[in-house]
Amino acid sequence: MNYIVSKPELKVVGTRPVRPDGVDKVTGRAQFGADMVLPGMLWGKVLRSPHAHARILGIDTSKAEKLPGVKAVVTAKDFPDIASEEAFVGEGPMNFRDLSRNCMARDKALYEGHAVAAVAAISQSVADAALALIDVTYEVLPHVIDVEEAMRPDAPILHEDLFTQGVEPKPTKPSNIAKRLHFKKGDVAAGFREAEVIVEGRYTTQPVHQAYIEPHAALCAVAADGQAQIYSSSQGQFMVRAYCAKLLGWDIANIRAVPLEIGGGFGGKTLVYLEPLALALSKKSGRPVKIVMTREEVFRASGPTSGAVVEVKIGARKDGTIVAAQQVLKYQAGAFPGSPVGPGCMCGFAMYDLPNVEVEGFDVVSNRPKVAAYRAPGAPISSWAVESALDELARKLEMDPIALREKNAVRDGSKTHYGPSFRDIGFLETIRAARAHPHYTAPLGKNQGRGVACGFWFNIGGESSAAVHINEDGTATVVSGNPDIGGSRASMAMMAAEVLGIPVEKVRPIVGDTASIGFTHLTGGSRVTFATGMAVTQAAEKVVEQLKARAAQIWEIPAEAVEWKDGAAYPAGSNAGGFEPLSLADIALKAARTGGPISSEVSLNAQGAGPGFGCHICDVEVDPETGAVKILRYTAVQDVGKAIHPAYVEGQIQGGAAQGIGWALNEEYIYDSQGRMENPGFLDYRVPVASDLPRIEAVLVEVPNPRHPFGARGVGEVPIVPPMAAVGNAIRAATGLRLRDLPMSPPKVRAALDAARK
Amino acid sequence: MSKHHVTTTINGEPVEFLCETQETMLDVLRNTLNLTGSKEGCASGDCGACSVICDGKLVCSCLMLGVEAEGRSIVTVEGVAEGDTLHPVQRKFLEHAALQCGFCTPGLIVASKALLDENPNPTEEEARYWLAGNLCRCTGYDKIIAAVLDAAAEMRGERSAA
Repeated sequence: MNYIVSKPELKVVGTRPVRPDGVDKVTGRAQFGADMVLPGMLWGKVLRSPHAHARILGIDTSKAEKLPGVKAVVTAKDFPDIASEEAFVGEGPMNFRDLSRNCMARDKALYEGHAVAAVAAISQSVADAALALIDVTYEVLPHVIDVEEAMRPDAPILHEDLFTQGVEPKPTKPSNIAKRLHFKKGDVAAGFREAEVIVEGRYTTQPVHQAYIEPHAALCAVAADGQAQIYSSSQGQFMVRAYCAKLLGWDIANIRAVPLEIGGGFGGKTLVYLEPLALALSKKSGRPVKIVMTREEVFRASGPTSGAVVEVKIGARKDGTIVAAQQVLKYQAGAFPGSPVGPGCMCGFAMYDLPNVEVEGFDVVSNRPKVAAYRAPGAPISSWAVESALDELARKLEMDPIALREKNAVRDGSKTHYGPSFRDIGFLETIRAARAHPHYTAPLGKNQGRGVACGFWFNIGGESSAAVHINEDGTATVVSGNPDIGGSRASMAMMAAEVLGIPVEKVRPIVGDTASIGFTHLTGGSRVTFATGMAVTQAAEKVVEQLKARAAQIWEIPAEAVEWKDGAAYPAGSNAGGFEPLSLADIALKAARTGGPISSEVSLNAQGAGPGFGCHICDVEVDPETGAVKILRYTAVQDVGKAIHPAYVEGQIQGGAAQGIGWALNEEYIYDSQGRMENPGFLDYRVPVASDLPRIEAVLVEVPNPRHPFGARGVGEVPIVPPMAAVGNAIRAATGLRLRDLPMSPPKVRAALDAARK
Repeated sequence: MSKHHVTTTINGEPVEFLCETQETMLDVLRNTLNLTGSKEGCASGDCGACSVICDGKLVCSCLMLGVEAEGRSIVTVEGVAEGDTLHPVQRKFLEHAALQCGFCTPGLIVASKALLDENPNPTEEEARYWLAGNLCRCTGYDKIIAAVLDAAAEMRGERSAA
């Protein structure tokens, strides 16, 4: 049941071909981060802090260095102590100095799992033995885990040089509050005076990990002349190159980063952990070094997204018109500043056209791993609170929850509280499709309930490069610069095939390394199909222009007198001459005689990514005895602009919904009193498994984004925004209980049920 | 400490290897035999990315020692297709777009094959519980379940091969 406004003339875009890298992935041949091997390769391992917060008084590596088979040991001393400098390389805010200190602790270990040394040895067992021989002298310091405790004036301070930004007067004492953000539109106080109904609540979330199934892995080889090769799994080979060059003080031209297949990222692979260590070990040992994280290291040392406290207050008139909305968001950043509280401040209320809004956000450090981007960073946390509060508002108003959203929904021209105005958006179409879906009115049984919630993500464009080469036999090669995390090779090939007018099977897409294609910003922000797709399309269009010119040359007519359709050159009308069409293969065969190879590379900075909106419907059944929540039915409706490969678009939506369901029901970090994570494995950190979920129906609404050649907008991030509130609202409908703390795991639901029975 | 000499059968071929006592079958497959299709996602038997079939039983190769392969017959993801003919489960995964990043895919292919070897006509619920030991973080399992049930139907002859 899709709402498609498609161009009927499209032959490839909008179909569902088998992905070009598919056979390698179902037969085990695809090479992921840990699969690569080089001659003479050593194994690297990382020594990590057992303490949540400790001063490093000394590190004695001499015994480890003497162990036979150990070829190199590195600590912070082997890396330049670089100055504070904002980086615009990854997906979220980052500082090169912080990243350097996150990769290898200097002076202080700031969380359990923080790297303090690394070794390279001839085998994994020798490397393990070497780690045990490194003596680190720690002075254990008081630690803080909870976000509100970290904000207290008497909290243990992580960084003596961190002063809160965004407050007046400028603070004189260091704080764990790195930044205060403030957004204001209209007059909220006046708005609340006008309100006839007000809802408010305090909502909390726990940090959740992206939980990509592939642990981080890197293989690095540095030659004596400083030429370095990096083979790793990341969301951006150019990101890896930029960070490593900065952290090691090397020239970018000396580093070639080769992207291996990436086994999931969801934002968590938009920064580096292992590559700088493997490079330093390789330089020191003169041999290639491979480091692969264990799952436990992934949990203890790589970034989840923030846990947070969100206070929300919304006021409306009796007819459902929202007149005032207020939010305070306190986000954990982990050990270094840079939580996604900024987008959190923007996204919660972005979907609604509100006259009076005030949002205050805090970015707070504590003794946890530094957070990393996670799918629509910051938005799910903010929307969990807002979309739950809207459900309460609808109940108080005795109004249909979708009707309430429809009444207040942003439309073209609506101005957001953070500045920009929307244009060419499909939010209304999306919520109307949800309301019309049979799921919304299907009957429910005992202990069952239905919830709805909406979600928004900006989507981004940015710098991308792509090349299209016509091969001698008329097939084509497409080179682009984004790691293929979920089928983007397929969509790149499809867009090129559409423009060239040839079957998609005749187009072979590859992901280039940093020396094989122009600079490309990483795979993130739901940007690849939009921005890199635009580069691919433009490169293919330039190739078509060349093909037309070659045909004109062969026919000895002006290039303007040639038209391109269905993969062949035709004379444009009878005046151009009565020539038989020349196929792409005909022209390719004669390329040497008509000017040489036919190819084109386009580098651009894509603007105008269309924002995305979704509306999810969730049915649950709550077991009154155990508190277990079963998801019975789930429908996710989303405006996708134009689905290039609809099956992979549906997959993004289904996968995002599943991650959101895990966030809602099970996933959390559990710490002991010493600040050590107690559940660093998939047994105790429970992501959804196949038997936890029903079929998830993805409904594609297509309101084209006029700034993309085929109308595409980013799709990957929106679907993780609505699920937590959709599930919570469904639990409210099933039980009458409003749960405000994630995860809504059986013990919490059971406790709420027990409390209500008393 | 000397290594153990192990004689076994992998994907129908006789194989000999040397391994340390504590080495897992997964490490042997990946690091000694260069069969890197089996993946390590957890090393604790929770994610299923290293699934292999050992003497007809689905096991996590990270929970099996290399020395335990002695005298047994093991099928890895590299042995599921016959030459260049994909197993129906592999073909259906591609047709249904039942993979995104592809990292969990080898384990899911092996686990799905093991399911259909044992139960040619699983219900959706049976398929979901059988595959509950194989984590996929990308797809939400929807298209995986569709692919497995479609492959089962085709193998039963209810639908013609595509």
